[in-house]
Amino acid sequence: MATDAPPPEGTSPAGPAQPTTEAFVAVQSSPEFADLRRSHRSFAFPLTIAFVTWYLLYVLLCNYAGGFMATKVVGNINMALVLGLAQFATTFLIAWLYSRHAATKLDPKADAIKSRMEADV
Amino acid sequence: MSAAHALYPTVQLAATEGASEHRPLIITLFAAFVVATLFITVWAGRQTKSASDFYAGGRQFTGFQNGLAVSGDYMSAASFLGIAGAIALFGYDGFLYSIGFLVAWLVALLLVAEPLRNSGRYTMGDVLAYRMRQRPVRTAAGTSTIVVSIFYLLAQMAGAGVLVSLLLGITSDAGKILIVALVGILMILYVTIGGMKGTTWVQMVKAVLLIAGTLLITFLILLKFNFNISDLLGTAASNSGKGTAFLEPGLKYGVDNISKLDFISLGIALVLGTAGLPHILIRFYTVPTAKAARKSVNWAIGIIGAFYLMTIVLGFGAAAILKQDDIIASNKAGNTAAPLAALEIGGGSGSTGGAILLAVISAVAFATILAVVAGLTLASSSSFAHDIYANVIRKGQATEKEEVRAARWATVAIGVVSIGLGALARDLNVAGLVALAFAVAASANLPTILYSLFWKRFTTQGALWSIYGGLASSVLLVLFSPVVSSKPTSMFPDVDFAWFPLENPGLISIPLGFLLGWVGSLISKEKADTDKYAELEVKSLTGVGAH
Repeated sequence: MATDAPPPEGTSPAGPAQPTTEAFVAVQSSPEFADLRRSHRSFAFPLTIAFVTWYLLYVLLCNYAGGFMATKVVGNINMALVLGLAQFATTFLIAWLYSRHAATKLDPKADAIKSRMEADV
Repeated sequence: MSAAHALYPTVQLAATEGASEHRPLIITLFAAFVVATLFITVWAGRQTKSASDFYAGGRQFTGFQNGLAVSGDYMSAASFLGIAGAIALFGYDGFLYSIGFLVAWLVALLLVAEPLRNSGRYTMGDVLAYRMRQRPVRTAAGTSTIVVSIFYLLAQMAGAGVLVSLLLGITSDAGKILIVALVGILMILYVTIGGMKGTTWVQMVKAVLLIAGTLLITFLILLKFNFNISDLLGTAASNSGKGTAFLEPGLKYGVDNISKLDFISLGIALVLGTAGLPHILIRFYTVPTAKAARKSVNWAIGIIGAFYLMTIVLGFGAAAILKQDDIIASNKAGNTAAPLAALEIGGGSGSTGGAILLAVISAVAFATILAVVAGLTLASSSSFAHDIYANVIRKGQATEKEEVRAARWATVAIGVVSIGLGALARDLNVAGLVALAFAVAASANLPTILYSLFWKRFTTQGALWSIYGGLASSVLLVLFSPVVSSKPTSMFPDVDFAWFPLENPGLISIPLGFLLGWVGSLISKEKADTDKYAELEVKSLTGVGAH
């Protein structure tokens, strides 16, 4: 679709130029895209399972391991508070890890596919 | 975020100590905030011309700006006053909420924010319906968006009445209704005039005020204890009268096996609900790219995380410097613990320092309520106009102008309905409404979002089963839970039809939502549209053709 074509009557403006369905299907089955998909999924899926499990473990410890959570670590600071703060720390850490992965591994691959497809429109 | 436990119906034993004598100052600060935000709204309204301006703020916000606005949209008065109050009364257990609310952002960051930004346009329904038959799935997505947002909105409105009444020392029913109406009218003005642009700026201003106010009180409390956290905790524990148990989990949720199970259910709903909340999701459309959406979430995680860390100091600080009886006398759920602590740390009742701090904290709480209700109203009116009016009723034939006009009228209608329901609900236990909003978001929206983005064989039937199944099961389970009947804290304490023992339905309804989406797709006669999936998958990961 040419970018200067008038929008179809009665609908809102079409926005940016869209590649054809055939182009999307071709790209989806290309090795470059398979590589991008793998880079995203193999990082995001296991990490999601990991942080959800770690969070549930914390919830279960709060519920069923009162004695352990009451252990004093320093002064009045006990294990419960340390593990709670550890949830904050791991959240910040995972956000940072993912963003670094995305910037170095995902963005270049995504940008390459995007600019190639947009050149073909 | 709305601490579900926080906003109980308040038998107003006593207005906040000192509130009435400082009323002129509090009202002046409230008024200053209202005038400033209305000014911003009118300014934003002048720049709102196209549908993309109204729905998505013209997609011109930076990652940092949107991160602030996301934080402003997410941190409700209940998390400010509610979590601090819950910590002040129940110690460690009050802190459990904030952990779930924060960890939840990782689901949004890793799986939802970027693909959504790349493949959608204005609403959550854009992504849910992308590969599906438009009309049924848009209807379902619009229904669940409006249900989640209205429950959430009601909780905020009812809470607003209670909180602002307490802070201003208003106890009459007429006064409370007036405040609910005022909040409703302001949110209608913000959204109809300013659209997403105005709402975003209001949320950004609110986030800055909230962080600054919390930082100030946190600093003053830490100063009092010479920055010795252990000393602060020790004083809180002994002053609470509960000893070291105050610093350990269990005072609130460890009562019996049912309450422990309820805590697991709540934890799952919190952690999976956030990434399915429509008013949060539409915020990602306000930035130009997926990278900016990622940056927004990172800023939001930083800001929200820092805020929740400060509420720990605020809550334990309140427990350390106030008497438990005074906190409970002011508000049974502890909602006024933070303002009371501000009054105390500023020099106590009657002092100028105390008066100023109390007024500042009260104004921040009010700003917080307004920014959150504006975001919720925008999410539901956008979904009505874009999903239901433009795509279902007008079958995609509505012009941009007609669509925005429909959105503005929907805002007025939703505003009026919320004022009415909010006035009726002002004495109800709103805890159930918020728990319900999170549970519905996690059961009805999240499975469909994830399947749509990542599962090739997902079908229209799967989407419909999952959305309606998750919606119906969570609503029904809450209806038959102790939230609604059987307990003194229930909405209807005098009757008992509560056969479901848990207050939060998530433990059942979330797995059910996922299961229904899967089974519905597998036994569907209609095969998944693989061409459409190719489009969605390539778009979502690369941003090709993104609006």
